[in-house]
Amino acid sequence: MKVALFATCLVDTLTPTVARATATLLERLGHEVVVPTGQACCGQMHVNTGYRREAVPIVANHVRAFAGAEAIVAPSGSCVASIHHQQADVARRAGEHRLAADAAELAGRTYELSQFLVDVLGVTDVGAYYPHRVTYHPTCHSLRLLKVGDRPFRLLRAVRGLELVELPGAEQCCGFGGTFAVKNADTSTAMLTDKMANVLSTHAEVCTAGDASCLMHIGGGLSRLRAGTRTVHLAEILASTEEAVTPNQTTRPAMSV
Amino acid sequence: MTATVPGPARTFLGLPTAPRGVGHLRGDESFPDAARTALRDGQLRANLGHATSTIRGKRARVVAELPDWAELREAGRALKAATMARLDDHLEELERQVTARGGTVHWARDANEANEIVTRLVLATGASEVVKVKSMATQEIGLNEALEAVGLDVFETDLAELIVQLGEDKPSHILVPAIHKNRAEIREIFARTIPGVDPGLTDEPRQLAMAARAHLRERFLRARVAVSGANFGIAETGTLTVVESEGNGRMCLTLPETLITVMGIEKVVPTWRDLEVFLQLLPRSSTGERMNPYTSTWAGVTPGDGPQEFHLVLLDNGRTAVLADEVGREALHCIRCSACLNVCPVYERTGGHAYGSVYPGPIGAVLSPQLTGVEDNASLPYASSLCGACYEVCPVAIDIPSILVHLRSEHVEAQEKPNAEALAFRGLARAMSNPRLWHLAQRASRLGRLFARGRPTLPNALPPPISGWTRSRDLPTPPTSTFVESWTREHGR
Repeated sequence: MKVALFATCLVDTLTPTVARATATLLERLGHEVVVPTGQACCGQMHVNTGYRREAVPIVANHVRAFAGAEAIVAPSGSCVASIHHQQADVARRAGEHRLAADAAELAGRTYELSQFLVDVLGVTDVGAYYPHRVTYHPTCHSLRLLKVGDRPFRLLRAVRGLELVELPGAEQCCGFGGTFAVKNADTSTAMLTDKMANVLSTHAEVCTAGDASCLMHIGGGLSRLRAGTRTVHLAEILASTEEAVTPNQTTRPAMSV
Repeated sequence: MTATVPGPARTFLGLPTAPRGVGHLRGDESFPDAARTALRDGQLRANLGHATSTIRGKRARVVAELPDWAELREAGRALKAATMARLDDHLEELERQVTARGGTVHWARDANEANEIVTRLVLATGASEVVKVKSMATQEIGLNEALEAVGLDVFETDLAELIVQLGEDKPSHILVPAIHKNRAEIREIFARTIPGVDPGLTDEPRQLAMAARAHLRERFLRARVAVSGANFGIAETGTLTVVESEGNGRMCLTLPETLITVMGIEKVVPTWRDLEVFLQLLPRSSTGERMNPYTSTWAGVTPGDGPQEFHLVLLDNGRTAVLADEVGREALHCIRCSACLNVCPVYERTGGHAYGSVYPGPIGAVLSPQLTGVEDNASLPYASSLCGACYEVCPVAIDIPSILVHLRSEHVEAQEKPNAEALAFRGLARAMSNPRLWHLAQRASRLGRLFARGRPTLPNALPPPISGWTRSRDLPTPPTSTFVESWTREHGR
């Protein structure tokens, strides 16, 4: 299958290793990956901060960049949820009915990584090897908007060498919430503190999730604490094999791609 | 007592529309500032964490017992949506039926009018004190303060409201107003404020309940006037309903000669049959009980039985204005169960006082700003990480996250002059709509590498608004190349 990769603005700009891992994984599974150069952002940050009018041209750019793609995959539950639940609404509200229809149509072919692997490709064992103790944080939008359910767990359980440990209070938000983390920094930090305490109580080496944004939040807190537990995106774990457990397959701040 | 009246909202032709809500719906500080203070209180964090996780667990267990919960929830949502679509008809029918059964109906445009009506009615009875059933509507309008201002004594009879009143505190939860207090703190309040209380009072729950019971019993028996709210007002029969756990409400509803009920206009339901759905949804969502312990219903007055004078005050206080917003009106579907408060990660950390309104938590963050007008309560729609836990548990499926996002836009669009944030978001939107500009912007973000000086994270001390992030979390140093750039380099276009 020919898969168009939507890196998402945050991953592309700050943690490109996550997009790289997604491409590596899909190619290893025998699929052709294309990366449309016109891509930028899904518009979620604008919509969720109150700039829904300003988000319309961003949505239009996204629809233009991915027009004609057979399947679009993004390593982010949150961005895919925005594509599914917000893009068409925002366009419709602005009176852009053509764009709304195109966005809705594109959303039908847009998948979050774990859903694409399990539902579309029908695989749970992606042939990965990752000899670490890992705990999984189900990010809110993957959990409640996309309802990815146990798909990430099925993928992680099939990874050779990986020891999966349960995260207490897993379904509580980490406190990221986009601009919430800055506008309500103290409340966000209080939520993060409890999330980190739960992560550290598992004694996992790695905390993983399907969203680089939430991982940047949890990882930024753990890094500030010099806690030793690191955050690694699900795509990076699934991309790892015996031959290629590369040092830059982590969402530790990447110095180069 | 009550805040200044912002005046009715006006349409583009300058005609006055529905009045805005006044009363206890906004705080003196913005949410982030109030939250900062609350978050420093370790005892508060512990009390809230313990209480909300207990109620969350109970709710989850009893909801899971019902195989048709999803259908019930959809029925509740549909009933509310249909009721709101013909709210005026249902209210007029309610008025006719209450009047036909010997009650008197009063219409109050806002908190001030409602307070004036109730004060006048109480004074007309000649009574000097009033007993109260737990009620959000009367907390919203600040009725206690209004009655006290004319020299009346007001006694809250719900145990938690009593704790709040005796402690000269404010409610911090819709259902459990004293949720922010633990039993040791409650013992201290009782020991200090209840006249003639046993000095050996301990913090054992039964002892605390017995102390409150002895204190209240005397007031029930001598009360001549009671004031209540209502959970439901049934239009077809003019029946009012109060749902409570303690039985104290029923004492107030049955013993005094005069009963005055203040009900928000959105509490009307068309038929008795509708209670079938709501009386299943409400107790499981609120207290985690299968069935509500005390459900009192009454219609008008019955000679020789219960209050002989009944007044119903129908309260608007901003509700009609909420109804006019096709997205926001869903907030009026709320049945005040507080399930959204109990699952909210923000509420659990900050408690209810930080919201500045009698309606805290997720539902408060969408209801309060709509009742007052968003510009008067602009920080509340942002008091959420949009995690969606509230929508998931709401028994009438109010899509709170979508309303929050909608109100944020309403706030942004109401600004006449763009502020720094708006300019930044506009600039970013321009870049994100044009690949060439976007790649330039991404390259510009690499200037951050200069601050990092070879380290994997940026310095902790960065200027606002980034400081909001870097005070407690590291920010990664931007990499030398974006993914799209390096991929395109490797694969060609």
